[in-house]
Amino acid sequence: MTTTIYIPKDSAARSIGADHVARAIEAESAKRGISIAIVRNGSRGALWLEPLVEVATKEGRIAYGPVTVPDVQSLFDSGFHLGGDHKLSLGRTDDIAWLARQDRVTFARVGVIDPHSMADYQDHGGLVGLRRALSMEHEEIVTEVTQSGLRGRGGAGFPAGIKWRTVMATASNQKYICCNADEGDSGTFADRMLMEGDPFTLLEGMTIAGIAVGATEGVIYVRSEYPAAYDALNRAIEIAREFGWLGGDILGSGKTFDIRTRLGGGSYVCGEETAMLESIEGKRGIVRSKPPLPAIFGLFGKPTVINNVLTLATVPAILAEGAQAYMSRGVGRSVGTQVFQLAGNIARGGIVETAFGVTLDLLVDDYGAGTLSGRPVRAVQIGGPLGAYLPIGSMNVSMDYESLLAAGGMLGHGGIVVFDESVDMAEQAKFAMEFCAIESCGKCTPCRLGSTRGAETIEKIMLGNDVLGNKKLLLDLCEVMSDGSLCAMGGLTPLPVRSAMLHFGEDFDRRARV
Amino acid sequence: MRFTAWSVDAASAVLATTCDKPGPVLISLQAIQTEFGYVPPQAVEQIAKACNVSRADVHGVLTYYHDLRTCLPPATVLRICVAEACQSVGSRELVREVEKSFNTRMDESNAEVELKPVYCLGNCALGPSAMVNGELVGRATAQGMKNMAEELVGT
Repeated sequence: MTTTIYIPKDSAARSIGADHVARAIEAESAKRGISIAIVRNGSRGALWLEPLVEVATKEGRIAYGPVTVPDVQSLFDSGFHLGGDHKLSLGRTDDIAWLARQDRVTFARVGVIDPHSMADYQDHGGLVGLRRALSMEHEEIVTEVTQSGLRGRGGAGFPAGIKWRTVMATASNQKYICCNADEGDSGTFADRMLMEGDPFTLLEGMTIAGIAVGATEGVIYVRSEYPAAYDALNRAIEIAREFGWLGGDILGSGKTFDIRTRLGGGSYVCGEETAMLESIEGKRGIVRSKPPLPAIFGLFGKPTVINNVLTLATVPAILAEGAQAYMSRGVGRSVGTQVFQLAGNIARGGIVETAFGVTLDLLVDDYGAGTLSGRPVRAVQIGGPLGAYLPIGSMNVSMDYESLLAAGGMLGHGGIVVFDESVDMAEQAKFAMEFCAIESCGKCTPCRLGSTRGAETIEKIMLGNDVLGNKKLLLDLCEVMSDGSLCAMGGLTPLPVRSAMLHFGEDFDRRARV
Repeated sequence: MRFTAWSVDAASAVLATTCDKPGPVLISLQAIQTEFGYVPPQAVEQIAKACNVSRADVHGVLTYYHDLRTCLPPATVLRICVAEACQSVGSRELVREVEKSFNTRMDESNAEVELKPVYCLGNCALGPSAMVNGELVGRATAQGMKNMAEELVGT
C-alpha cells in the first residue's frame, strides 16, 4: 500500500528546509522499502510548525512538525508513515486548535490540495463558482458580488461590486481584469501563499470577473521577489488552458477569457494601482493622476478591473455559496473574513483567516502566543510600512476597517508586525521616511522631497538637536505630505511617523534630556 | 558560465520573443537581463529600435527599476530583507554580521560578492529573511548564509 505524504512546497516552508526534509523522507523510505507518494502542497499557514509534514491515514491527515532532517529516521522508526506516535506528532491536522478555530473561506484549499492538480481542485469545491457564473447574466454576477459586501483586500477596502459595475457599464471593444499581486508590504504574505498554494482559485476569480464585466483578457502583475509564486501561476495557467477552462471556450460555454502574467521590477510603488498599470505597459512605474479612474481609463486606456489577489480569490467562494453565506460573517460594514498575517517578532506566526471583528490581542497573544524573543510586546504595526504603530493600550481594538480607522490606524492588507520592548520607535519612524524616499516614484513633490527632509529631521531629533522645534517641523511636514501627495505612498507615510510620535513620544525625547 | 556572453545576434534573438508584445520595453529589458545577467549599455539602442521607442524611453525604464542592472553580477548575490517585520527580529544586526563574514558592505559589490537590501520577501513570520543567489532563507544567520553560498557557488 502506498502512503501519501504531504510536504509543503511553499516558499516559507522551503526557506527553513522543507526541500531537504522531502529528499530525506524519500531516501529513507526507499532504503526501508516503504512505498510512499509525496505531494508538495501549499502551507497550512501555521508557519511556526513548518516544515509541517502530513501523512494521509484512514483517520484523516496526521501532522508532524516542525520536522528537520535529523528527525526523519526516528519518524520512520515510530511508523509515522502509518500515523504512528512521535514526539513531533501533532495529531490530526483538522484537530490542531490553531487551525481548527479559524474560518477559512479564501484560504479553504491552501495547504490541503496539490496546487496543480485539477482533480484535487474540483474535489474540494473548485470550479463550482465559475460554472454557476457561466449560467448567469453579467448583471446577476455583479449584483451577487455587490450584495456579498466584498471589499478590496489590497488595503483601500473599496467595494468590489461597485468597481465591477463601473467597468461593466463602460462600453469598450476591449476590457481587462488586472490582478495586483505586487504584495510589497512588510508583514504580508497571504497573496504569495495563495498563489503558491492554490493558484487555480485566483484564476477562477479572474475568469468570473471577466465574464461579469465583459473582459476577455486578464493580467496578473507579480512582484519579482516572488519567483515561486510566478512559476506556480504560469504552470496553473498552462494546466487551465489544457483543461479547456482558459482560452476561447471556457468550459464549453463559448465564452473567451485568457490570463497572462507580468513580473515586476522590484519597485514598491508599483503596488499602487495606476503605477502598476504603467509598469504592465512597460513604462516607468509612475503614479497616474485620478480621475480618470482605471475602471474607465485603465490598462492601455481601456476599462479595467483592478483587484488584489485575495479579493479575486474570494469571488469563487461567493459565487459557489451565495452572497448571503459570505455576508453573514464579520461586523458592520466589514463583512466576510479577513486573512490576517501574524508577522515579525511573534512566537506563532502565520495565516489566521477569521471573520472581521476579532480583537488584536486575540491575534497577537492568543494565536501568536506573544513575541518570539519572549520579551513583552511594545508596538504593533498593522497594514504594512504605511500603517500605524499601535501601543499595547490599543490591543483590544476590533480588527475591522472602521474600528481601526477610529483607533488611528488602518487595516491595509491585514499584516500585523509585532515588536518587543527593544524597539526604538524613533528609528522606526525614520525608516518609514527613508523607505518612502527610496521607493517614491518622484512625480509629486511632497513625497519625493518630503520623505528625505523627514528622515533628516528625525535624525536631528534622535541626536537631540532642537528636539521641540524639529518635532513641530516634522508634524508640519507630515501634514503637507498627507494632504499634498498624489497617492498613498506619500499620503500615508506620515501615519507610522505620527503614530510613533503620539504613542511612543519618549523615544523621541530621549536625547533631549541628556 | 551562468549567462550567455553578450552579442548583438543573441540579443536580437531574445528581443524577437518580446518586442511584439503589448508594452514591450520592461519585458524586453527583463528578458535581456535573464539571458546575459545584466543589461549592457549598448543594448539600449537595440531595444529602442526593436520596440520602436526612443533610447530615452528605454533608459528611463532601465534606471527606474531596482532589479535591472548594468553590470554582470558576481558569483554570490546576497539580499537581506531590511523591512519592518525583519527589523523586529534583528535584520539590522544580521546585516552587520553578514558584512563582517563576507567582508563586504551593504549596497556594495566586488568581484566575488554583492550585498543589497530588499524590502520584503514575503517570509515575514520566519524572519530575518534573506536570499542567497535567488534562494529564500528563513531565520537567516550569517553562518547559515555563508554555508549556503559555498554550497551554491561550489568550491
